[in-house]
Amino acid sequence: MSIETFYEVMRRQGISRRSFLKFCSLTAASLGLAPTMAPKIAEAMETKPRTPVIWLHGLECTCCSESFIRSAHPLAKDVVLSMLSLDYDDTLMAAAGHQAEEIIATIREKYKGNYILAVEGNPPLNEDGMFCIHGGRPFVEVLKETAADAKAIISWGACASWGCVQAAKPNPTRATPVHKVITDKPIIKVPGCPPIAEVMTAVVTYMLTFDRIPELDRQGRPKMFYGQRIHDKCYRRPHFDAGQFVEHWDDEAARRGYCLYKMGCKGPTTYNACSTVRWNGGVSFPIQSGHGCIGCSEDGFWDKGGFYNRVTNINQFGIEANADKVGGTVAAVAGAAVVAHAAVTALSKARAGKEDQNKGGK
Amino acid sequence: MSAYETQGFKLDNSGRRVVVDPVCRIEGHLRVEVNLDGNNVIRNAVSTGTMWRGLEVILKGRDPRDAWAFTERICGVCTGTHALTSVRAVEDALAIQIPENANTIRNIMQLNLYVHDHLVHFYHLHALDWVDVVSALKADPKKTSELAQSISSWPLSSPGYFRDVQNRLKKFVESGQLGPFSNGYWGNPAYKLPPEANLMAVTHYLEALDFQKEIVKVHTIFGGKNPHPNWLVGGVPCAINLNDVGAVGAINMERLNLVKSIIDRTKEFVEKVYIPDLLAIGSFYKSWTYGGGLSSKNIMSYGDIPQRANDYTAPNLLLPRGAVINGDLAKIHEIDLRNPDEIQEFVSHSWYKYADESKGLHPWDGVTEPDYHPEGPNFKGTRTKIENLDESGKYSWIKAPRWNGNAMEVGPLSRMVLGYLQPKQFPVIKDTIDGVLKKLDLPVTALFSTLGRTAARGIEAQYCADLQVQQFDKLMANLKAGDDSTANVDKWEPSTWAREAKGVGFTEAPRGSLGHWIKIKDTKIDNYQCVVPTTWNGSPRDPKGQIGAFEAALMNTPMAKADQPLEILRTLHSFDPCLACSTHVMSPDGQELSKVTVR
Repeated sequence: MSIETFYEVMRRQGISRRSFLKFCSLTAASLGLAPTMAPKIAEAMETKPRTPVIWLHGLECTCCSESFIRSAHPLAKDVVLSMLSLDYDDTLMAAAGHQAEEIIATIREKYKGNYILAVEGNPPLNEDGMFCIHGGRPFVEVLKETAADAKAIISWGACASWGCVQAAKPNPTRATPVHKVITDKPIIKVPGCPPIAEVMTAVVTYMLTFDRIPELDRQGRPKMFYGQRIHDKCYRRPHFDAGQFVEHWDDEAARRGYCLYKMGCKGPTTYNACSTVRWNGGVSFPIQSGHGCIGCSEDGFWDKGGFYNRVTNINQFGIEANADKVGGTVAAVAGAAVVAHAAVTALSKARAGKEDQNKGGK
Repeated sequence: MSAYETQGFKLDNSGRRVVVDPVCRIEGHLRVEVNLDGNNVIRNAVSTGTMWRGLEVILKGRDPRDAWAFTERICGVCTGTHALTSVRAVEDALAIQIPENANTIRNIMQLNLYVHDHLVHFYHLHALDWVDVVSALKADPKKTSELAQSISSWPLSSPGYFRDVQNRLKKFVESGQLGPFSNGYWGNPAYKLPPEANLMAVTHYLEALDFQKEIVKVHTIFGGKNPHPNWLVGGVPCAINLNDVGAVGAINMERLNLVKSIIDRTKEFVEKVYIPDLLAIGSFYKSWTYGGGLSSKNIMSYGDIPQRANDYTAPNLLLPRGAVINGDLAKIHEIDLRNPDEIQEFVSHSWYKYADESKGLHPWDGVTEPDYHPEGPNFKGTRTKIENLDESGKYSWIKAPRWNGNAMEVGPLSRMVLGYLQPKQFPVIKDTIDGVLKKLDLPVTALFSTLGRTAARGIEAQYCADLQVQQFDKLMANLKAGDDSTANVDKWEPSTWAREAKGVGFTEAPRGSLGHWIKIKDTKIDNYQCVVPTTWNGSPRDPKGQIGAFEAALMNTPMAKADQPLEILRTLHSFDPCLACSTHVMSPDGQELSKVTVR
């Protein structure tokens, strides 16, 4: 079977060339790229097939899937119908049981090395993995098998990236993040509980458009969205700098939108795009709606001493740090760069393989 | 125990065993096994929760004010409802009174969740059980348009509009990459809609996918994000500032206008798209009367949406409260969540250990010690490769909750029937149901079915969409009267708390009755237990052999094709199962249960 290009699919599905180009410039803008990049995106999309995606669910709450379908640009509908081929996703797919399981086998065989594995949730390792059963078997087995032939893995949300709530102390099921179980594949962590919808679709769109994984920080997160702290770009930051703080819920300061630092806000230690991209099409974000950030994109945020306790280990005033500097070392950064490079190479190889396959195909 | 009778059902596991695992288009992990007789009729059904996360033990020793955030993560589909239940449990334990505005804003958020959840369930988790996507390709767009315009004034209904969608769909299908529609049961004789109705429904599947993201913006305004908005013990975190410096940093007139515009549009979408589609689809399936299960016998609702703050008694609740047992619709029983004899959980068929498994435990005294071992003479497979479970032994990660010893069905159908039975308090529910039944020319007993459950969810979505508008008006009236308070911080500081306290919070989650039981000791959580909707509905057998609501509903359903579980999915989906919710606690001391090397 020949694999259609992204652009062909969009055209066939009634999207005009004009809308297509508009979409490309919007994509460029949402990724923070210069407008001159739009033609490049268009070119890439015109020559690319729809990439199959297998979306697995481990121990989780499905908030990542729910967030994904909230995406305003691009719409989840267009992602699923026109941009990728969401062949397996137990939350949305029509089939069940054997008919569902069959799809995983087919995609693994037909698109070996050419599909993306998206993981929501994580595998528990206690009880031989049987705290999460998939088709009568431990989820961790299904995860490993499916990962074996994937070209890259996206770890959606705090569960897949870090472990999240079921891994909070004492982690009774031994819920384990994906990168600790799969160690031989490029993994893109998109943390958050859940991640922002438009960040999720932007990461996917970036990968499909540029055929490479985004640049990652040393913890494996895309730098473009997780490179800065919420605090760095918070619109309430001037109140922090001016020492104007909310002291009690619903006090005069709360009503004036002062800084929530004293109410336990974790914005100063949380790397995420909430204060810039904001949530649900840019309507608001936690701090704007009066509650401090609970740090849901950070590793182990459940065990950092209470959501209303003041963060004490931050540098005040004007210290510009990024995730690579906080707790990192030069060696670690260099190591991450090597890994990132290897991942890109792996993707390029996968791509080359796919082209060969196309030539040999129908 | 190969054949026996319980709750009016004759169970017989002698026929061909069919397994569905995973059950897709649900939240979480669920497995179902059924036995078919020679005519492919289901004569035995076994529902198995296949995940366990241990959240409640994780809560032990934590700050009760943080519990909402942990429990909210039980489920990202019914997002917020666990958080609301949690703050109510803590407020009950600490005797905290919340301001009227906080109660109203919580109600708006909860009602908003109902409408969103029901809509997404109908179109994206359930519709494909009734709607044949491939058949839509054969539809005449002009006739589709006529059909759509005959049932609704929704403006997106021209022949050209449906033709465009059909073309997009056609090309999608022709690409050979069917995405989420791969391997569906297209062409199965159990699909009854004509191509035009299929095309209309598929079109609205896509429209609803676009629209649902708008509905939740109400959560974003008051709670900062969705999924998983923020909540607060003692009120709501969003301050209100209507007319002073800094109003732009709080809930102000612009924000309120945005809420108003969203809830108006939501109501319109439900009235002009969801309900007409539901009636149109339902009219083609009137003869498919299966799936009633326990609904005509044992139903329950805790009730929700307190009109005035801090009064959780039945007369103050806008969603009905009460229980019916043994099909006696004339008698509505009061429910007491604090009574140790009423709500109890059993584990005789669940992968947990009790000292005495013939008895149940009230959640305040709940014990959960996982004990995974599939067992029984009919069990086939190994510990890590299950082929067939044996329902005579332990077979699920879900416990078996019972109310006064009875297995109960919870959810939209239970609530709407309880409303119907109390027309003085709920005239709108009664009238809406009568209207729907009249339109479909069905008797009231038709409600007790898979389709009845699905219809009740739609009726409830409309009821809640209306209530959302009503609650918004109430908020505005209270603001106009000069009350702009949103939080009570008198007992915010743990130093103000009693040394020991216990409380219970409840809501009606979209899927049914939800309770959190908390014990607080020395300002920390001492015990935390959740009994959730899918624990009730997805319950395994109890020591008496009584089956749960999923199992009962699957009974006696004929399957058109034994190897295509379409009818099974249809009935299971009518409950909107949420398995991440249904899984339970951990041993009280939370020790690691077994050592496994990282593979």
